[in-house]
Amino acid sequence: MGAEPEEAQRLAVEARDRVRFEEDALALADQVYRVARHLAGSREDAEELVQETYARAFRSWRSFQPGTNLRAWLLRILTNLNIDRGRRQQRAPQMQPLEANDYFLYDRLAGNGDGVSDEERVVERLSQDDIVTALSAVPHDFRDVLVLVDLGDFSYQDAAQILDIPVGTVMSRLHRGRRILKRELAEATLEEAR
Amino acid sequence: MMDPCLHCEEMMQPYLDRTLTDEEMAEAEEHLAECEHCRRRYRFEESLRVYVRQAAAEQMPAELRQKLAALRIPLE
Repeated sequence: MGAEPEEAQRLAVEARDRVRFEEDALALADQVYRVARHLAGSREDAEELVQETYARAFRSWRSFQPGTNLRAWLLRILTNLNIDRGRRQQRAPQMQPLEANDYFLYDRLAGNGDGVSDEERVVERLSQDDIVTALSAVPHDFRDVLVLVDLGDFSYQDAAQILDIPVGTVMSRLHRGRRILKRELAEATLEEAR
Repeated sequence: MMDPCLHCEEMMQPYLDRTLTDEEMAEAEEHLAECEHCRRRYRFEESLRVYVRQAAAEQMPAELRQKLAALRIPLE
């Protein structure tokens, strides 16, 4: 008889912790989706991926260490699921040389000479569609890092943990990913001008 | 000595990432204060980051939120 109240109490504590975990995880769903949207190829894929992530997270909530970064933990599950979905079979990372100059997008948009007075407005020559399309054209390995750091606000260290790669690799992929994104954006503006 | 604008270009992304040392940060700021060519590009690169982030931000569909809530494991 003596063990029963203790067991009941243990179960009650566990239920409380689980409910709290689920609520905390659901509160992050917007942020998780925003990142997933650009890690996955399409809106539909992103929705599926987020659902699978939450289903898995709710099942394995005990493996989350309270006090650590829950958003990074969820994204770790999500990126693993995304890799499991076989997207590795898609394009291999491109290794074609990139422009040596980091400002080619600016030069392209601002035109010749430094005649534009308001640099903040130069970016507005890009449409939202240009940006979404250009992001999706960045090969996965680079895009994962770009999306986590530049859209998801994860630190280099968090991104390294989520993707299970060294911090140095995060930095080099980020550098290259940003360049590729700018090149894609530059190409989009060229096509529109045609 | 390296061309200061080329050096500034190399420091631009780490500058925006706030990963430069204090000394490098001061060096970049000093150059940006005196060089309009680089300052324009700095302002562009900074705006581009914000703009990309805003353009890429997509609201989660309301039905998805409901589907996720439905995945919760019921209390016994």
